[in-house]
Amino acid sequence: MILARVIGTVWATRKDDKLQGLKLQIVRPVTLDYKDREGFLVAVDAVGAGVGEVVLVVQGSSARQTAATENKPVDATIMAIVDKLDVV
Amino acid sequence: MFLARVIGTIWATCKDESLVGATMQFIQPLDRFKKNSGEPLVAIDTIGAGPGEVVFYITAREASIPLRHALSPVDASIVGIVDTIENY
Repeated sequence: MILARVIGTVWATRKDDKLQGLKLQIVRPVTLDYKDREGFLVAVDAVGAGVGEVVLVVQGSSARQTAATENKPVDATIMAIVDKLDVV
Repeated sequence: MFLARVIGTIWATCKDESLVGATMQFIQPLDRFKKNSGEPLVAIDTIGAGPGEVVFYITAREASIPLRHALSPVDASIVGIVDTIENY
């Protein structure tokens, strides 16, 4: 999983039928001190994260392993909202 | 499987329900000489590794196997604590 911040939302009317009803968020990877890293990706939101929140994003085939995304054409899913980081 | 050092812990109250009770650790990937290589990531810890310990971890969908939950969105999982590494 990677640490990322939600920076936007995607609306798409025409999409694969299995994606109907899913919320798509734009997330940007961040470092351990919440500084932005390069790039961004579009992820399905399985936990109800809001814009600005720091979240965990699961990628690859594991992204389909939630009740919301099972057997759907998805390769990135937001699966946790980060409360606190404790870095040594 | 890859080598990494545990560098921190994450608290997330709002997460996929299959992960309730699971520990999530920040890990820094290492090369075989225990030098940092690549960006840190988040892995599920089912074996109880502590901060600073060198561990080995698996990635991709297999990473959800240690959790014994049919459907859990996990793409990295710590599966062992390294005692020693011998390089030739």
